[in-house]
Amino acid sequence: MVPRLFHARPRGVHPDDRKALSAAMPVETLPLPSILRVSMAQHLGAPATPVVKKGEAVRRGQRIGAASGFISAHVHAPTSGTVKAVQDAPTLSGPPAPAVDIEPDGEDAWTDLQPCPAWRNTPAAALVERIAEAGVVGMGGAGFPTHVKLQPPPEKHIDTLIINGAECEPYLTADYRLMLEDPQRIWTGACIIAHVLGVERVRIAIEDNKPDAIAAMAGVVREFKGDAAVVSLETLYPQGAEKQQIRALLGREVPSGGLPMDVGALVENVATACAVHDAVLTGQPLIERIVTVTGTPVQRPKNVRARIGTCFNDLAGFCGGLKGAAKLIAGGPMMGLAQPSLDGAVTKTASGVLALASEECTAFESLPCIGCGRCIAACPAGLVPAELSLYLEAEDYEAAAACHVMDCIECGCCAYVCPARRPMVQHMRRGKAWAAARSRSR
Amino acid sequence: MVIGGAGLVCGAALAFAARFLAVHEDPRIEKVLDILPGANCGGCAYAGCADYARAIVVDNAPINLCAPGGQEVIDRLAAFLGVASQTRERNVAIVLCGGDDEHAGRKFDYNGIADCAAAHAVAGGDKQCVFGCLGYGTCARVCPVGAIEITPQRIARVHPDVCIGCGACVDACPRHLIRLVPAERRIHVLCSSKDKGPRVKEVCTVGCIGCTRCTRLAENEAIRMDGALAVVDYSKDLESEAVIEKCPTRCIVKR
Repeated sequence: MVPRLFHARPRGVHPDDRKALSAAMPVETLPLPSILRVSMAQHLGAPATPVVKKGEAVRRGQRIGAASGFISAHVHAPTSGTVKAVQDAPTLSGPPAPAVDIEPDGEDAWTDLQPCPAWRNTPAAALVERIAEAGVVGMGGAGFPTHVKLQPPPEKHIDTLIINGAECEPYLTADYRLMLEDPQRIWTGACIIAHVLGVERVRIAIEDNKPDAIAAMAGVVREFKGDAAVVSLETLYPQGAEKQQIRALLGREVPSGGLPMDVGALVENVATACAVHDAVLTGQPLIERIVTVTGTPVQRPKNVRARIGTCFNDLAGFCGGLKGAAKLIAGGPMMGLAQPSLDGAVTKTASGVLALASEECTAFESLPCIGCGRCIAACPAGLVPAELSLYLEAEDYEAAAACHVMDCIECGCCAYVCPARRPMVQHMRRGKAWAAARSRSR
Repeated sequence: MVIGGAGLVCGAALAFAARFLAVHEDPRIEKVLDILPGANCGGCAYAGCADYARAIVVDNAPINLCAPGGQEVIDRLAAFLGVASQTRERNVAIVLCGGDDEHAGRKFDYNGIADCAAAHAVAGGDKQCVFGCLGYGTCARVCPVGAIEITPQRIARVHPDVCIGCGACVDACPRHLIRLVPAERRIHVLCSSKDKGPRVKEVCTVGCIGCTRCTRLAENEAIRMDGALAVVDYSKDLESEAVIEKCPTRCIVKR
């Protein structure tokens, strides 16, 4: 074990968090919208295959998309109604994927659910089956199917479960509100995950700028008999990224190209834990989530419980509309996806809709790297973004791959600090896409 | 003394190696390479001119593959190698999109890497038409002879008299808008949109709306429909300029 002395300080940046816009707003439930567009590509891996046809009647919670591969997840109807169309629609990241349009009938009638209150006496495999059936994916942003994470290969021993409530992304307060308002559900979900994995040690990681969330979670954890604790993390972006969090919490470094399970840890977002709770205790699939609708152009920023498939336009209308918005982002300002219009729809991973006014965003010209090294000091993955961006600018993907471009987590710290305004993350994404395509073709 | 001695020994070794380990290469390869234009464009599908020269001499590769050299190089190769001359149809590239910024809208301000593939990966590209030319010049940058111009209205345009038909731009375009066509074919449908007419009209004023009028006017069935898009069959003669006159969106042009 390397002495603590030699641990480098965690790296990252301190953007202004702007959470005050929506932090005090209790979660409100959005009334049923007139149309829901449910994308089949809401998770990492292969998009689901639609299993309903145009004109078919569906019930709330009925499966409308079937997982198509090992790393994939089921998709369910967010309400009861009629399927209006099954067609390709642009996803939040751009490329089109199949989507199912549902016109709600207003009755919101559930399909038959199978609750499992006696989960402590249920074998792990059966619980994983239920979680897979409910289409639960990582709701922190990446959307990795949870049931896949919960089936580590037998040679990997997981000793610590981390429940991630860091929410380090500026503006977003969805996880914060969830921790304040529903700590018990999160905790029960965490217990179910710990039970499935046979893990004794549970840590709930929350940044120290959310003391009331820490207190709320500590309140429910107190009664637990095993080794569980709420840990306060230094506020630092991107402390909510799983590899960075494992390092901050356990002092373990996930190897290059490796997974958290390689160092005996598993990280789940608080909203995911909540979805696991619902999937097991009530049998409810993942059909809604909390979305932070925020930014200065939003007339009344809110945290909204919205159904998957809710159009951003309906969300904006519920929050009093937008005034003078120049830029729209699905997610937060650091890692979110810029949107060309309000036509996008809520997915399982959409934690926020952010609008920025024109004075808050600038169009800039990218200049040559001046070699200042700020990005190197900021990169939480320990890469050398300056060098990588030079290679990628010259389209020398081989060299970029040799410099571990695949270890980039696309957090945007390098672009945030870059005085030459270089489009670092875009470069990295290109490099990663190339390297991923190469490893697929091999 | 020691260094001089070592030098002598090494020199002797090198002389020995040069004599006994020499690689005997067909001297004609060098000559063929001299005849080839040396553009190293790769249009012949070999790794540059030297590789093609070796293939001609050693593997009896066809001598009419060099696009930049044209008929002159074929004739000289035929004379040198003592084989019958062959003909080569000159192909040039054409960008099958006419929707520049004057005619086709953009859906947002793109402020990123000035490269079409990079722009295409951001929310599907900033052009409203998901099939149209983005105009960030990826094709122009790969062109070995500078035959592609990005107009001030941000669309790629090939200068057919400069184009050597190597096909580098065909592979570079992320939206697959560029085709190699016989140089004598002058009439083109400048649209690649698979969208139906009403959608095309929403996003572009010079897109093919699939009215099928040109397919009836063109001789030899030289224009066919591919779904809602009119496509020129470049293997057939097409001279009639009526198709240009009668196209309601003016997406058929002569170049």
